[in-house]
Amino acid sequence: MARITAGVATSHVPAIGAALDLGKTQEAYWAPLFKGYEFSKQWMAANTPDVVFLVYNDHATAFSLDFIPTFAIGCAEEFQPADEGWGPRPVPVVKGHPELAAHIAQSVIQSDFDLTIVNRMDVDHGLTVPLSLMFGQPQEWPCKVIPFAVNVVQYPPPSGMRCYQLGKAIRRAIDSFDAGLNVQIWGTGGMSHQLQGPRAGLINKEFDNRFLDRIVNEPDELAKVPHIDYVREAGSEGIELVMWLIMRGALDAKVRQVHRFYHVPASNTAVGHLILENS
Amino acid sequence: MALDKPYSNIPGTTIFDADQSRRGYWLNQFAMSLMKAENRERFKANERAYLDEWKMSEDQKQAVLARDYNRMIALGGNIYFLAKIFATDGKSFQYAAALMTGMSQEDYVKMMLSGGRSPESNSGGRSPENNSGGRSPDGSVTGEKSNG
Repeated sequence: MARITAGVATSHVPAIGAALDLGKTQEAYWAPLFKGYEFSKQWMAANTPDVVFLVYNDHATAFSLDFIPTFAIGCAEEFQPADEGWGPRPVPVVKGHPELAAHIAQSVIQSDFDLTIVNRMDVDHGLTVPLSLMFGQPQEWPCKVIPFAVNVVQYPPPSGMRCYQLGKAIRRAIDSFDAGLNVQIWGTGGMSHQLQGPRAGLINKEFDNRFLDRIVNEPDELAKVPHIDYVREAGSEGIELVMWLIMRGALDAKVRQVHRFYHVPASNTAVGHLILENS
Repeated sequence: MALDKPYSNIPGTTIFDADQSRRGYWLNQFAMSLMKAENRERFKANERAYLDEWKMSEDQKQAVLARDYNRMIALGGNIYFLAKIFATDGKSFQYAAALMTGMSQEDYVKMMLSGGRSPESNSGGRSPENNSGGRSPDGSVTGEKSNG
């Protein structure tokens, strides 16, 4: 049987990808950030899964305003790194796991979560930056990846509670897959940031750190936080944090926190990162 | 019955909701077209002619030509779509964010390095003070937020 062994949460700031790709990781500005992921890369080398179920959001890359799926699961064999306007990132092609993805899609839809199934999709920094942070710069990604895109671009995104419950449905789906796969679930995006308007640059360390506490220890309560609290307190783009609740819903009620990191700033954004192991 | 929009009074913030999305459909689709290298070339060669190929309002076209991102957002633009415009110009998110706050990029970078813009003054309805010497992040563009 497949089983979820761990969850990883991380921000997916595009400038982090650019810093990696341009060899700037040792610069004074970036070094403290990458230092926070040193442990993570070691942990990942010792705990490389067969499949990562990677929750992220598309940033007007694969989805224009023509189609805006709230939840979209990538069921393809592979996914190309997207050209977001300055050429694709020089990272490996992302290999999918069509059998597990199809199984999850069917199971989760029958659990009342109406996913959009995507068989062709380029993946942007929202997906590739977390891979780079956790795996470094290999020739090939060391595992399969199922991209799971959540709409957080056009308001309203799904509620925190909806995301949390969806995570539980994904857990049941993965638990019922016959092949013996080691699966991790990643939740990405956030933390506090605002990229638009005169309030751009908003950072809320108190909100972020409380969120990091609560997602580990009291996710049931955290899931009840309404959208308006995220938007007001963590910035218009801080609402990406609801995606972390999908990850948390798929983990055990009690988890072991093996790593926690928080850093301000990466460009416009507060960076948060957790590694949580199931018992 | 009108939808409840509790986010409409957040200072210096326009939430890209269904109404804004409808208003900005062609503006955003134009911006997204710049993900293709050949479209970037055609746009750079003659911006006005390229814009005229899209069913955008004259206000939207003028805002693009002026690279007035706050105005584009007021007219239905979304930052992730508009990012294709400043990427075409070779500019970063940080450049665009600084521009929208009215600060120099240097001052904006300093603000971020010192912890970012304070979340105090989030409640709306009162005039928030700026924490960094830039333009006040209050409702000074409210008149441009056509959805109020």
